[in-house]
Parts: sequence; structure tokens; C-alpha cells
Amino acid sequence: MNRTLMRVWQVGLLLVILLVWYFASNASDNVAFFFGKPVEVAQKLWRWFVTDADIYKHLGVTLVETLLAFAIGTLVGLGVGLWLALSPFASAVLDPYLKAANAMPRVILAPIFAMWFGLGIWSKVALAVTLVFFIVFFNVYQGVREVSPVVLANARMLGANARQLMRHVYVPSAMSWVFSSLHTSVGLAFVGAVVGEYLGSANGVGYLILQAEGSFDINTVFAGIVLLTVFALVLDGLVGLAERHLMKWQPSSGQTEKL
Amino acid sequence: MVNTSMAPALDLQAITCVFTSREAPGQRYTAVQEATLSVAPGEFVSVVGPTGCGKSTLLNVGAGLLAPSSGQVSVFGEPLTGLNRRAGYMFQTESLMPWKTALDNVIAGLVFRGTPAAEADRLGRAWMARVGLAGFEDRYPHQLSGGMRKRVAMAQTLILDPDIILMDEPFSALDIQTRQLMENELLELWAAPSASGASHGRAVLFITHDLDEAIALSDRVVVLSAGPATRPIGEFVIDLPRPRNVAEIRDQARFVELHAQIWAVLRDEVLKGYDQQKRRAA
Repeated sequence: MNRTLMRVWQVGLLLVILLVWYFASNASDNVAFFFGKPVEVAQKLWRWFVTDADIYKHLGVTLVETLLAFAIGTLVGLGVGLWLALSPFASAVLDPYLKAANAMPRVILAPIFAMWFGLGIWSKVALAVTLVFFIVFFNVYQGVREVSPVVLANARMLGANARQLMRHVYVPSAMSWVFSSLHTSVGLAFVGAVVGEYLGSANGVGYLILQAEGSFDINTVFAGIVLLTVFALVLDGLVGLAERHLMKWQPSSGQTEKL
Repeated sequence: MVNTSMAPALDLQAITCVFTSREAPGQRYTAVQEATLSVAPGEFVSVVGPTGCGKSTLLNVGAGLLAPSSGQVSVFGEPLTGLNRRAGYMFQTESLMPWKTALDNVIAGLVFRGTPAAEADRLGRAWMARVGLAGFEDRYPHQLSGGMRKRVAMAQTLILDPDIILMDEPFSALDIQTRQLMENELLELWAAPSASGASHGRAVLFITHDLDEAIALSDRVVVLSAGPATRPIGEFVIDLPRPRNVAEIRDQARFVELHAQIWAVLRDEVLKGYDQQKRRAA
């Protein structure tokens, strides 16, 4: 496959979309009202980042919410996942509750969290944690259950006690599953934070979009969407970087089999 | 007080293992029945038998990983409860921790035992060199070849200097050349004086389905019957002189003679086992 040609086509496609958007919004006021104007969207972004420089505060809030939710959700998911995977009785007792909690559309909890934790960052963190938790939990649970019985028996024969088995066998095995779900869980932490902001807040990118929508400022809404998309891509890239660094023990496809 | 110096290193008395199927609790499968087997300190004993005859079951009982349905296991005269702490176990399939480097895998047992890090590291590097893997310390298992992984597993087991070494077809996945090299290495390591200075040397219980391998390595070969209800049906003392070279010993007249004797007993069982598997598959 010709990589340069592929890049040219990718950039070309973007240009075509922008041009169609530009001419269509200039030709018709209706299009401009519903879709905004690309030049004004760009100007809005420029004002946010350079002239007014007032986006950093909001971006910072959204980022802090995302990271807090990701950290808390991962830790709790790891803890509960390990606990339930290693105690079948507790797992059997809690199974229907976990299924119910996972099946419930958890975005609907946002108003309740807003009541409990107020309109500050913690209600958004709480919402995002409920999204991240289940991803990590199910992966850890699976990871512990799928530890090779031979590796486990070997570690026991080498003299590992229960705590050492946890640290040297169960946690590393579970972590490989957690990392493989990292892209999903960071993405969901971000979604939780923005949706939480959108449903009621005084700060954050979601809040900016909500405000703009209230005054039919479609250009700002689109600027916010562009900003969130780029930001999500950056987060995803960072996760990929961390993954490559931390999972170097795992064969990539084409090397040898995963144990 | 039992006189431990005279007691066998590992003694399996009338071991019976009955498995119940999880899907159909009424169905029972007797893997091993009334099996009696004992290994003296310093003795190298091989167990041969047709595939699927319960050889691994017997080894897991000796390791304490599996409690027998009935029968007695004693280790140096003491009845075994829980895991066999004096035994090292080399598994048939991949047993290394894939998230640890080769060196960290080799010293895992020392770390579990609380050996100081510097001391563990020094011993680990020495063992890596001893199994011919100096320079591969920082590789992960998936970056090593199958033969290298087996050598790491061997160092991992032997670094703890166990009095009893249990081996479950450890080389069956290797090609014939690598296999002979590893067998020679194993004999050398087995014959080397133990670090603890124990006078009796290490006892080995070696499971294989390869009769050549069994004769080349062992002091004694035990033949198991085809499953179900496996039990030892023959025992042969291998009086070939040591030290041996497994690649050359196969040409000796005595080797051929022993092979013929044991094969006469084993052949019927192999055919029986093969027949049963065919019937089960049908």
C-alpha cells in the first residue's frame, strides 16, 4: 500500500468536506444556522486559544475530571475484580446485582450525582467512574479467571504464598487485560466527564457547549465538538504510548502465541 | 522417630485417583488404581506408559498438587500434607510467567523464599550461564525459543536445589537435537553435588512416553498399564554405566537388549491404550 498516496487522499477528503461546508453555509442562511460556518468555527477556536485564552480553564477542568475518574474507576475495578474472581461465593452472591448495574443506562445517574455531590467536578467524576469501573472490573475478572493453571501450579511449587501469588501472578495477568481495555476505559472516562458537564455544571468544555447551544451559537458548539475530538485523539495516543511501554512482555501479533 | 536417611525420597503407596465428571456427577473415571511407586534418594526413575494413561496424575499426587482418593504419600519418611516442599516440578507445557524476564523467572522461587535481592540476582545469573543462556537475562519468555524456555524452566526449578525433581515430559515439545542436548545437561546437573551438601544427591521422577529417553537417563524404568485404572506393571533396572551420553548410548548392545525387554511389556499396553482412544473417539 502506498502510504503517501493514502495520506494525500485523507487530507484531500478533509479539504473536500471543509469546502462543501464552506460554500453551502455561504450560499444558504439555513445551512449556516444549522451547521455553522467553518471560518467562524476556526475564529472561535483561535479566540479560545490565543486572543481571549479562556479555554484553558475549562479544558483543565475536563481533563482533571477525566483523569480522576479513570484513576478511581481503575483502582476500584481492579480491587473488586480481584476480590470477586478469587472468592467464588461472593461472586455468585453479587452476580445479579452486577449484571443489573451494568445493564442500567448509567448516564441517567447524572442528576442523582449532581444532587449528592453538587455541580462541581465530583458529580462528573462519579458519573465517569460508573462507566470506567465496569470495563475494568469485567476485564480483571476475566484476566484472573484465565490465568494459566500451569503457571499458577508452577508458582505454587516454587513456594509462592497467597500474597505472593496475588502480586506475582494474579495482578500481572489481570493488568494485561486492564491495559488491553485502556483505550475503551480512558475514552469512557472522557465521555462521562463531558456528559456530566453537559447535564449541569459551571465549568468545563461540556458546559461551554451547553451555554452556546442555549443561545443558538452553533459556531461555538461546533468549535467545542472539534476541540473534544482532537482532545480525545490526543488522550488515545498517550494511552497507546503507555501501553507499548508497560506491555513489552507481551508478544505483538506475528511474534509468538500469547500464553 | 523415622530414620529419614533410609526412607525413600518419595514413596507412593496404593494410590488411587477417581475423578468425577462435572457435567455428569454419576460418571466416574478411575485414572490411577492401587499404584505403588517409590524413588530412593539420589535415584533417577522414569515412568513410561501409553498416552493418556494417568502418568501426570501420578506426578501431581507426588507434588501434592492433587490429593489422591486413597493411598499414602510419604516424603523422606514423613507423610505428605499439602504441597511437597522438598520437590521441584518441571511441567510439560509452558509454565514460565510471561510478564517476567528470563532472569526474574529463574529467581522467582528465591524471591518467594525471601532470599536477599543481590544474592538472588547473583545466583540467577550463575544459573542462566549454567544452562547456556548468559546474555538472555532480560528477554521475556515470548522472545525465547521453545528450547530456551525449557532451559529457563529447568534453571528455575533447579536453582532451589530440590531433593526431589519431578519432571512431566519436560522435553516432549522439543526437536530431537535440542532434546538430546537438554537430556545431557539434565544428567550433568543431576550428577553435580547439591549446594546444600546433602550426601544422597537428588531423586528424580521422570515421566515420558519415549522409551529411548527413559532408558538413556534412568537407573530404573517403571512401565504403567494403559488407562483407565493405571498401575505399574513392570520394573526394569537400567545397569548401563554412568556418566552417559544420551546421543551415543543408544548404539550399545545392552541398551538394545533392555529396549527389547521393556518394549515387549509396553507394546501391548500401547496397543490397548490406542484401541481405547479410538473407541472413545468413535
